[in-house]
Amino acid sequence: MTREEIKSLILEIIEDIDEEADFETLQPDKPLRDQLDLDSMDFLDIVMELRKRHQLQIPEEDYPHLASLNSCVNYLEPLLKNA
Amino acid sequence: MPVPFAQLGDAYDVIVIGSGLGGLTSANRLAYCGHKVLLLEYHHKLGGLATWFKRRGHIFDVSLHGFPYGMVKTCKKYWNKAIMDSIVQLKKIVFDNPQFSLATTFDKQDFTSILHKKFHIPQATIEKFFGTVTAMNFYDDQSMTTRELFEQFFPGRTDVHRLLMEPITYANGSTLDDPAITYGIVFSNFMNRGVFTFEGGTDKLIGLMSDELEKNGVTICTRSKVDRIIVEKGRVRGVEVNGRTIEAKAVVSNSGITNTIDNLTDKRAFSEVFLEKAAAIRVNNSSCQVYIGIKEQEYIPDIGDLLFTSTAPDFDSQELLDLRTRSKTFSLYYPKTRPGHNRYTIVASMNSRFEDWSHLNVEQYQQEKDSMISRTIIDLDRYLPGIQTQIDWVEAATPRTFNHYTLHTCGTSFGTKFEGLDVSRSIFKEVGGLFHVGSVGIIMSGWLGAINYGVIVSNDVDGYLRTLNG
Repeated sequence: MTREEIKSLILEIIEDIDEEADFETLQPDKPLRDQLDLDSMDFLDIVMELRKRHQLQIPEEDYPHLASLNSCVNYLEPLLKNA
Repeated sequence: MPVPFAQLGDAYDVIVIGSGLGGLTSANRLAYCGHKVLLLEYHHKLGGLATWFKRRGHIFDVSLHGFPYGMVKTCKKYWNKAIMDSIVQLKKIVFDNPQFSLATTFDKQDFTSILHKKFHIPQATIEKFFGTVTAMNFYDDQSMTTRELFEQFFPGRTDVHRLLMEPITYANGSTLDDPAITYGIVFSNFMNRGVFTFEGGTDKLIGLMSDELEKNGVTICTRSKVDRIIVEKGRVRGVEVNGRTIEAKAVVSNSGITNTIDNLTDKRAFSEVFLEKAAAIRVNNSSCQVYIGIKEQEYIPDIGDLLFTSTAPDFDSQELLDLRTRSKTFSLYYPKTRPGHNRYTIVASMNSRFEDWSHLNVEQYQQEKDSMISRTIIDLDRYLPGIQTQIDWVEAATPRTFNHYTLHTCGTSFGTKFEGLDVSRSIFKEVGGLFHVGSVGIIMSGWLGAINYGVIVSNDVDGYLRTLNG
């Protein structure tokens, strides 16, 4: 997957969680949690969806990598390079 | 519809033992993730403590009372829209005790105004208090108790402590001496938008959940009491139920953490260190309830949805647990609870200790129950004068009743104290494929806590199963 594809994947998952999420003003380097109405349960949903769709196992200690859109892409890029 | 026991298969990916809200949610999530799930329940109904029963045309809800707004999002994400759409607000929460009487929507805005205008707390203190409790996380430092938290913000103000603590004591069984986070997390969940309920009642909720489980392919079997979780070579192999072995790669026990370790699993499967931690788990208190049915055609005025009442001079966690406590909540179920079913029921709830009831002989037990019913009706009469003549059904439940129906250790109705959470979260590191879901650590209790914990645990289970499958 390219960086752009990974970005769309994350946004698509977030949209499933919260269809009212506003991506227009989303700053990719700022924490998602501060900009969207996401709580810790929502991040767990992202982890479960990534496992379901791409068989990715994200250990609990790596959850902080999912904080912002950019950090998600940086973290997932090597893991999804063959996806 | 539940499947007859004889028709069950010999092997599943996951077996869920127990169908409390945590067990139901884990089963549903794991089926959603594509696993073959068997849900075994000992009782003939699903729901665990999220239950109801019928008497002479009345439907009594045991634990519906009220939950935080977070339930809307949780039901939408982990169940379905029909379930989410049935959630409605309870707008009149009443407090009445010798220190104060008031009605509130039980949200941050109204509480801020009450604390400021009625209790004369400076605005800045209120804001700082809300800021502190809202920022609390379950992994935070637990050394501060709720008592210390209250003393820090409202020193000596036992009236304020009572306003803040009483509802949460009924919501999750926590006391002033439990870690402040067990208070703060639950309190701020409620303060988000107030108190909500499920229109249609518990029977409708569990019916909708049961339909959703079947739609997602979960095999449900009731009247099936699991005798043993089979562990071989450090891994789960399945369960023994009604004299039969059913295999599974993972087992999720929703049967209470103490039950899971002490009664369902061979203790040799666990390390010494883990067993020591498990032995130190304190189960939370149990409850007493009095169920009151109002005659058909009788009318009851709106005196509030949830009444926190007490004639005790001060708030005292121990007084609330006393066999003859003077503190109780009344949950009023008006016809709006079940549109179309035009009846009124009232459920009085008290916190209670199993040991106060367990040793009574048949005669003493009946006497104490009768006397609790009388006290309840006298208390209710203060809000609904002459209520006695409108009643056509009354009965009581005690910690023994809770123990009988849920099999929970000492009939606990709020799971375990804080230390139970760590044991529940780490059991799969002891025995491969063995997981626990249920009310642990106070914060994972209540309807919302139980459902969300079901999701958290199903994430662990899904991760484990996918590792097994490579």
